[in-house]
Amino acid sequence: MTQLSTLLGATAALALAAGAAVASPAVIFDLGGKFDRSFNESAFNGAERWREETGQSYAEFELTAEPQREQAIRRFAEQGHDPVIMVGFMSATPLEQIAPDYPETTFVIVDAVVDQPNVRSVVFNEHEGSYLVGMLAAMASETGTVGFVGGMDIPLIRKFACGYAQGVKAVNPDATVLVNFTGTTPAAWNDPARGSELTLAQISQGADVVYAAAGGTGVGVLQTAADRGILSIGVDSNQNYLHPGQVLTSMIKRVDNAVYEAMAGGEGLETGVQVMGVANDGVGWALDEHNEALITEEMRAAVTEAEEKIASGELQVHDYMTDETCPALTF
Amino acid sequence: MDLTAFFQLLDATLRLATPLLLACLAGLFSERAGIFDIGLEGKMLVAAFLAAAVAAVTGNVWLGLLMGIGGSLVLSGLHGLASITFRGNQLISGVAINFLAAGITVVAAQAWFAQGGRTPQLGAGSRFAEIQLPGFAALRDIPLLGPLLADVVSGHTILVYVALLAVPVSWWVLFRTRFGLRLRAVGENPAAVDTAGVSVIRLRFAAVAIAGLLCGLAGAHLSTAEPAAGFIRDMTAGRGFIALAALIFAKWRPWGALGACLLFGFLQALSLRPATIEAVIGLRVQTQFLDALPYILTVVILAGFVGRAIPPRAGGEPYVKER
Repeated sequence: MTQLSTLLGATAALALAAGAAVASPAVIFDLGGKFDRSFNESAFNGAERWREETGQSYAEFELTAEPQREQAIRRFAEQGHDPVIMVGFMSATPLEQIAPDYPETTFVIVDAVVDQPNVRSVVFNEHEGSYLVGMLAAMASETGTVGFVGGMDIPLIRKFACGYAQGVKAVNPDATVLVNFTGTTPAAWNDPARGSELTLAQISQGADVVYAAAGGTGVGVLQTAADRGILSIGVDSNQNYLHPGQVLTSMIKRVDNAVYEAMAGGEGLETGVQVMGVANDGVGWALDEHNEALITEEMRAAVTEAEEKIASGELQVHDYMTDETCPALTF
Repeated sequence: MDLTAFFQLLDATLRLATPLLLACLAGLFSERAGIFDIGLEGKMLVAAFLAAAVAAVTGNVWLGLLMGIGGSLVLSGLHGLASITFRGNQLISGVAINFLAAGITVVAAQAWFAQGGRTPQLGAGSRFAEIQLPGFAALRDIPLLGPLLADVVSGHTILVYVALLAVPVSWWVLFRTRFGLRLRAVGENPAAVDTAGVSVIRLRFAAVAIAGLLCGLAGAHLSTAEPAAGFIRDMTAGRGFIALAALIFAKWRPWGALGACLLFGFLQALSLRPATIEAVIGLRVQTQFLDALPYILTVVILAGFVGRAIPPRAGGEPYVKER
């Protein structure tokens, strides 16, 4: 017991020492992990870019369980980190309560809106990016059936699915869009075996392009798609390199830019809602040496045209989260 | 629903039931000997990690399987040491193993591959490929039975067949051998076994070792058998607990375990295909409901509505030799 308390004491001292640095930014990565090759990893890349460019350091914490969330936010605020950046919509509810307790600290939340004076909320128009990859999917599909594998069944992921379906239908109104979600608990972000099974089920129903918006589960989706010789679409980070020539494209969400800008903004960071869409390069689709051969000139032209129309406001992609309905899909 | 879709459903059922079945049999051996084992999840996780990691490094999936089983056995040994030798609480030891496994796999994977607690994706050579059973493809022309044999029975990885084979073997070992009789007796009345001059400790260790072996196979299936390819953290996703539910459902019997795991696997396969259900019964069933069904059924069984599930009598109690 004595040994244990010494150990605990030592850990606490260490934690205090680590927090002594003044007003450095802090990043809290969500469940799913810093290296999910997707959403969190993108945030990590943005933070690393800031660190390399400025030579300054930042504090970080990787959530491994739900109860750590509030503790982590409070601890970083107590230690004087500014801004405190958290990625993931799940932090919205605790932040709503915590933010007023630390009026001097600026908080940044990615993927959710928290209406407090000292919070910057960064949200992405994922439906716009998903619309673009949906168009590509429809043009690449030979069977006229395309799939979508979501992670946890939440409005945010339905927003991806809805944008995707609209893009597919814009190119081919008769196309079938199969939509499956991995689960209803956070475990759904880390279940590649189930992702594989969902993909097999969609293939058996005729799908020949599958879009995975499922965090770590997506690894299983992309793998199975590559094994069975169909195309897949990655999400959040550029995942084209995972299976070169077999990933049609990736819907990129520039979480790295959001995190980088927040860190570069420092203590005097502007608060309020920041929307990152096609218009300001917040979302887009990936084209690199791994998928060049899959994207024809015709496809590229069509998507570029849609991009311009979305950016100019001429084309409105419906956002599922505004009214919880989708014109192109029934859930 | 056409026949092809139905066969694909059965095909997925077998794949999904395999890790459950292996873990369920592991729990069966352990609990029949009087050792509760809620650490199935942790053992599977460690085995999944080691199997994928070693397969990724050496390119040899068999070596991976061996190491996976080894890792699972080490945790079994730990469980045995805590709950048999030192007579600790079996449930707490099991929980500790789950925590240990969840943490150590991520830390080790990060230290080893630096890919954020996951292993590299496994290529074609370094995972278990699907086996087309010889001669089965030729039978495809027989109506009904042909496609059933060619599509459902054939074309799985070797671990699926091992799991199915483990059922009769377990039954034979438990109910037709002297070792099995003693093992079951140790779970019911260890004092009687001890009086007969047979070591309770040794029998219980043997039981947890068998459980470790089976969990090792289950874990390797999750990370190295097609369509899976690699380890990511917490990838067991509660399968160890579903296996425990299946064990209660099976009333601690091997053939029952097969039935329960196939049923649970079928429910999982079904929940992956909401469109199929809608087409058949004309009603939209929430997939959440299908996911919850194994647990609901277990509660129903426990409540005694469908026969009674009586656990081994000496389960959960460490054996203290009388002086």
